[in-house]
Amino acid sequence: MIPTILAAAPPSSDWITLDFASLAQNFWSATFDGLTFGSIYALVALGYTLVYGVLNLINFAHSEVFILGCYGVWFTLSFLGFGPSAPNLGVGAIVVNLLLALIIGIIASALTAFLLERLAYKPLRKRNAPRLVFLITAIGASFTIQYLIFLWRGPVPEQALTMFKVKPIFEVFGTYIYNDQLLIVTAAIIMMVIIERFISKSRTGRGIRAVAQDPDTATLMGVNKEKIIITTFVIGGILAGAAALFYTMKIPSGVVYNGGFILGIKAFAAAVLGGIGNVRGALLGGLLLGLIGNYGQILLGNSQWTDVVAFLVLVLVLLFRPEGILGTSLGRSKA
Amino acid sequence: MNRKKVMTTLAAAATLGMILGGCANTAAPEGGSTSDGGSSSINIPALTSIDTPPNAVLPAGDGKAKCEATTTLAYVGAETGANAQLGINIFNGVQLAINQHNAANPDCQVQFKKFDTEGDPNKATGPVTQATKEEGIIGVVGLPFSGESKATGNIFEQVKLVHITPAATNPGLTENGWTTFFRGLGNDAVQGPAAAKFMTDKLQAKKVYIVQDDSEYGIGLGATTAEGLGDALVGTDKVTTGQKDFSATISKIMNAKADAVFYSGYYAEGAPFDQQLVNKGYTGTFVGPDGLKDDQFIKQAGDASKNAYFTCPCIPGELIPSFEKDYKALTGIEPGTYSIEGYDAATVLLAGIDAGNQDRAKLLEWVKTYDKDGLSKHYKWNDKGELAAPTVYGYKVENGKIVPIGAIGE
Repeated sequence: MIPTILAAAPPSSDWITLDFASLAQNFWSATFDGLTFGSIYALVALGYTLVYGVLNLINFAHSEVFILGCYGVWFTLSFLGFGPSAPNLGVGAIVVNLLLALIIGIIASALTAFLLERLAYKPLRKRNAPRLVFLITAIGASFTIQYLIFLWRGPVPEQALTMFKVKPIFEVFGTYIYNDQLLIVTAAIIMMVIIERFISKSRTGRGIRAVAQDPDTATLMGVNKEKIIITTFVIGGILAGAAALFYTMKIPSGVVYNGGFILGIKAFAAAVLGGIGNVRGALLGGLLLGLIGNYGQILLGNSQWTDVVAFLVLVLVLLFRPEGILGTSLGRSKA
Repeated sequence: MNRKKVMTTLAAAATLGMILGGCANTAAPEGGSTSDGGSSSINIPALTSIDTPPNAVLPAGDGKAKCEATTTLAYVGAETGANAQLGINIFNGVQLAINQHNAANPDCQVQFKKFDTEGDPNKATGPVTQATKEEGIIGVVGLPFSGESKATGNIFEQVKLVHITPAATNPGLTENGWTTFFRGLGNDAVQGPAAAKFMTDKLQAKKVYIVQDDSEYGIGLGATTAEGLGDALVGTDKVTTGQKDFSATISKIMNAKADAVFYSGYYAEGAPFDQQLVNKGYTGTFVGPDGLKDDQFIKQAGDASKNAYFTCPCIPGELIPSFEKDYKALTGIEPGTYSIEGYDAATVLLAGIDAGNQDRAKLLEWVKTYDKDGLSKHYKWNDKGELAAPTVYGYKVENGKIVPIGAIGE
């Protein structure tokens, strides 16, 4: 393995190499890990997509909606006695505890999203502010929440908590599937399906689509626009809260004031990749972004390529399909 | 109504997912491929004491020193900021040395001044300029970090003010042609090979995987460690500052069947990396340099940190009983990383003042030709300002604390 040893030397050696052998060797584990993180991106991406669909607003503060969910999960678990070691509890007790953490995480995120809408965006809507003002407000809200958390909890991440013992449960293509991977991907996909059905079938969902399509006409047809907007924010918050549980499960040391920033950027990219405003697009974009980043970094030899590859693919896709892969907006989504 | 329904369905879905994961959890055999962290075959006992040189120079001297009342030593470095703790460890060591000196020498009361850089290269030039302008200051302990040292070395050089860094380890610092810069500890060019030797000898690692971050520190140390490992190196990867997901790197490490991983970087990334590595069933050891040697590593890696070892060109001051006792009496806490280095550096300067070197030029000359034992090690510098015989210590995690295991790489 002479090429890899050279890579440890200063950057003067080959700065770009393609290692297909390594990609073949690590393909399946990269796939499973990519899908796991992709599911988390997708859950957060839905928050961006729904709000964009309804308000044409990129809610940059959604990453803080997410991180407050992480704090909700963390405080619940540390209150319940979880610590750095895997808890010595039965499966049933762990499930109950995690459900509790999930609920508190969801409440924390949904409440943040609710307050954000009421305090930051609604007053602007009332005054018919230009769209740029919304955007700046979103960025401002993001920083405000971030530094409020900083002042409250300081610069250091919270103590890492282990939710359960991570174990391989079965083997596929010679690669172990771990219990946390299975749980995260399954739960995330189930939630996505429910949301998809909810948007396309339920009365509220129809309302959301109607407002996304044409807010004025929808109002004339008797849809309560304000109620729909707040519901959209809360749904985004609920999904972010669920993502917070899974993220804290994978990355226990991620609960820190600016911990949502990078994930937020990735989730936003996932939403754009799949087609912003499109519910299925968010799922597809999230999973793709997780996979592409993982394949890319293994093929190119190191993790410093992850984001380069992911965003290069994003730009390439947008060159040919400016509306994203699935393209259609929330209002026009079928079914 | 509808919203309520969604909540319930969501919760139900989550339960399903969890039970799925949960059931699978019980189905897996206990004590499978995941480990409790830590390599079971190797057990290097923690040190309980270290030998101190019998003729170590102490700040008290002979008690007959005479000096001007304006004679001042300064500490320049972080007092606040993200990495303030390291700075606090250091200036408390300096403060202790000066207190002991002044208590023993009634006719020579050396003053102590502190200048805060926040550890930031961009902010360091101000406090350094201020310190160099005060005539009374004839010697400085600092600056602790490599970045700020690089940014300010020229300012010291212009006024020929001697300064001893108790913590900056970037090898390049002594390549600037500075004549006033002295390093009171081993640099990364010493630490890398020592870490390599530690892994292959003491930890008996056959296959070492090196992962480095994108900092100057991580890249430099990664390269010197790789060089020292030779054939034992089975692969390398590079990560970025702020990275949280290390799954692809871990997959490569597991496929390479590495029995030791060296992470060349800081704890912010090293801790989640180790935690994810152990979760994926890695049973080898995890080794990192002084950038990882911090209680934050244990806090953020959780139980996974049981497999961690650290290398550091710093001496465990808490194992020198007299120093530990006096330091604790002064500050109320145990000596931290680099406390003893701060104390020893101040002692070198104080001994110079006691010997009558009471202006900047004379004190600089004194340090240049210094050749004596300090409490932690022997101090003699080459013409570039590097220690002639630096020491690197190994540390490990035991019962949730970082404890020394002895000098390594010799």
